[in-house]
Amino acid sequence: MTPPEPYLGVLDHTPVRHHILSVLVENKAGVLARIAGLFARRGFNIYSLAVAPAESNARFSRVTIVVDAESAPLEQIVGQLDKLVNVVAISDIAPKDALERELLLATIQTDVDNRTSLLDIIAEARAAIVDVDAKSVTVMLAATPKGCDDFEKALEAFAAVELHRTGRVALPRLGKMASA
Amino acid sequence: MQITGAQALIKSLEQQGVETIFGLPGGAILPVYDPLIDSTIRHILVRHEQGAGHMAEGYALATGRPGVAMVTSGPGATNIVTPIGNAHMDSTPLIVITGQVASASIGTDAFQECDITGITMGITKHNFLVKSAQEIPRAVAAAFHLATTGRPGPVLIDVPKDLAQSMMDWWYPTTIEEYDLPGYRPEVALDEEAVARAVQLISQSERPVLYVGGGTLKSHASRELLAFAERTRMPVVTTLMARGAFPDSHEQHLGMPGMHGMYSAVTAIQRSDLLISLGARFDDRVTGKIPTFAAGAKVIHVDIDKAEFNKVRIADVAIQSNVASALRALDAASAAPQNLDVWWKEIRSWQEQYPLVYDEPLAAGPLRPQHVIEAIARDAEPGTIVTSGVGQHQMWASQFWKFEEPGTWINSGGAGTMGFGVPAAIGAKVGRPDRTVWCIDGDGCFQMTAQELVTARAEGIPIKVAILNNAYLGMVRQWQEMFYDERYSEVYLSADLPDYVKWAEAMGCVGLRATNVKEMRDVIDEANSINDVPVVIDFRTDSSEKVFPMVAAGASNDDIVVHPSQRGGAK
Ligand SMILES: Cc1ncc(C[n+]2csc(CCOP(=O)(O)OP(=O)(O)O)c2C)c(N)n1
Ligand SMILES: [Mg+2]
Repeated sequence: MTPPEPYLGVLDHTPVRHHILSVLVENKAGVLARIAGLFARRGFNIYSLAVAPAESNARFSRVTIVVDAESAPLEQIVGQLDKLVNVVAISDIAPKDALERELLLATIQTDVDNRTSLLDIIAEARAAIVDVDAKSVTVMLAATPKGCDDFEKALEAFAAVELHRTGRVALPRLGKMASA
Repeated sequence: MQITGAQALIKSLEQQGVETIFGLPGGAILPVYDPLIDSTIRHILVRHEQGAGHMAEGYALATGRPGVAMVTSGPGATNIVTPIGNAHMDSTPLIVITGQVASASIGTDAFQECDITGITMGITKHNFLVKSAQEIPRAVAAAFHLATTGRPGPVLIDVPKDLAQSMMDWWYPTTIEEYDLPGYRPEVALDEEAVARAVQLISQSERPVLYVGGGTLKSHASRELLAFAERTRMPVVTTLMARGAFPDSHEQHLGMPGMHGMYSAVTAIQRSDLLISLGARFDDRVTGKIPTFAAGAKVIHVDIDKAEFNKVRIADVAIQSNVASALRALDAASAAPQNLDVWWKEIRSWQEQYPLVYDEPLAAGPLRPQHVIEAIARDAEPGTIVTSGVGQHQMWASQFWKFEEPGTWINSGGAGTMGFGVPAAIGAKVGRPDRTVWCIDGDGCFQMTAQELVTARAEGIPIKVAILNNAYLGMVRQWQEMFYDERYSEVYLSADLPDYVKWAEAMGCVGLRATNVKEMRDVIDEANSINDVPVVIDFRTDSSEKVFPMVAAGASNDDIVVHPSQRGGAK
């Protein structure tokens, strides 16, 4: 018998219930490990995660976690997360009430033949060129996750040297309060 | 006042009212052991760090105050991981202080370095790696606050050696704000609207059951429970973690539910129309197959931890509260069910048909383990504390001992940690020296932590240990007999190896043995007459004895298997 491929989980599974948790945490060593460890041991799936110091106060950081609310009920995820002593506040932003942005950086190989069409795609997506040399272009796009998806798709026609996405950050739309 | 970090640590523990520390020193914690000499705190030197942890747990469960254990870095710290995990599963307030290598050496694989805060992240309520000597008082005060409030649990403080040795300006936090826990809010205001909905559900109920869990003991709600139960006439079941929360002698008490629960307790839950969960968490050992668990019941779920709601079973009403406050609120609202006469009639018929039974004892032996437990219990003073290991003997102890008050039953529930019994008994006796403490142990469990009897003898802690010696890892043997076609794989231990009497004597204890009913009575009398040294009794029990009733793992509670003598007809 040929050995089976290593099990990578359910690959064709596109979670339809992404939820955005905006989590204010104490800026202490190990906090991210506590969050990651909690998700791992409880079997909750993290789709993306972004961390940065929080507005106005060096004591706190804001972690934006996009969770797959199919892996566990959102109430469970929030309830367990809230028990972490270093977690100060959690707001759950429903996707329809969220203003979400993500940053994409990509280095694309180009030559004289396809450079014009690449520039067209960049212009149309309102991406910015941040670096160029004779054989390649590095572009940046800050857009909605869907915008980043579309742009990534459009770039598939070219040979990408490297492509990175940050994961989303989000704020509630004006007039829409996040629920605690 | 300038003192060392080590002095500050001991002084902080004194501030918290700590009377006893269970521990064992080593390189990284050495500086802290020096000021201990000058402290009023009693230190109990264990023979293995696992013993220190379980002793601290036993102390906590017997007294309601947090237990404290202190160990060195590396292997000292990893040796206490099991008790930490155990305390986490059973929500026991436990403070563990570990030495750590010097700050500058952290991350270099220094001698006896290990990332104990990383290892215990998932099995502590919280842990601290202290970063400056000045922070030690805050870490201690915060640790006690965390361990004892909300849903209690273990908290670990890792203290690098250089910080214990360096100087700090003594201070101690006086307000909760100074604990620096901005994300910790253990208590929430009682949701009056949820209480009102609970009252409404109760008023419609004809077949309610009070499903009492460990949280009832943790919130010291026994008095409220008794008042509420008696006023409403509701039947009560107490889980393995809640034995003693409601008197076993009370006529409304159906006993323990779950895998080895009383038939009437299990069946009352199954047939109930309203389950009022009081600090219980719908553990799989109670629910059996979840979709068929109390399928016709509405659920009122009272818990201090909101993450328990809807985790296993969807609650119709969730009340985030400690059990005592919730019961007081329900009482204040005069929550009352329908007339329960028909329900009680039904319950009484189950109790009559399927009482707890065991086979007739044989005068010549081997002893029936249930008979041994009943015989010890009969002669025990009221208020005797019972601890146990994990296995058949644990289930029999929970079934056949009659618990009348909180803090008298101490066992490892959520984790099922073999070897818990002896050290937990020692800790309990230290916390309640006025009480008799019996450990009902298994031969397998005893061999895991028996060396702590040396500690008990050396420190003058006269516990009594009853080994129900069935020569087997009996609970595993039972599963192999019932579910693996009697194919016994690696469960035989031998009744004679080790020689428990000689072993007890070598540890400075009195060692006794009983092989028949007469000897059983004699050795129990003798054990009860000895109050200065620990006593160990090797009771030779029947290897083939099984725990009944039983709900097989993953089976429905409706398929409960009763004692063979009760089978035939409806089972
Ligand atoms: C540390 C640990 N290892 C293994 C087990 C699995 N286990 C559960 S009960 C049991 C047998 C216990 O034997 P003994 O102490 O003799 O008790 P008995 O069931 O015979 O009364 C075992 C091995 C466990 N619960 N804990
Ligand atoms: Mg045994």
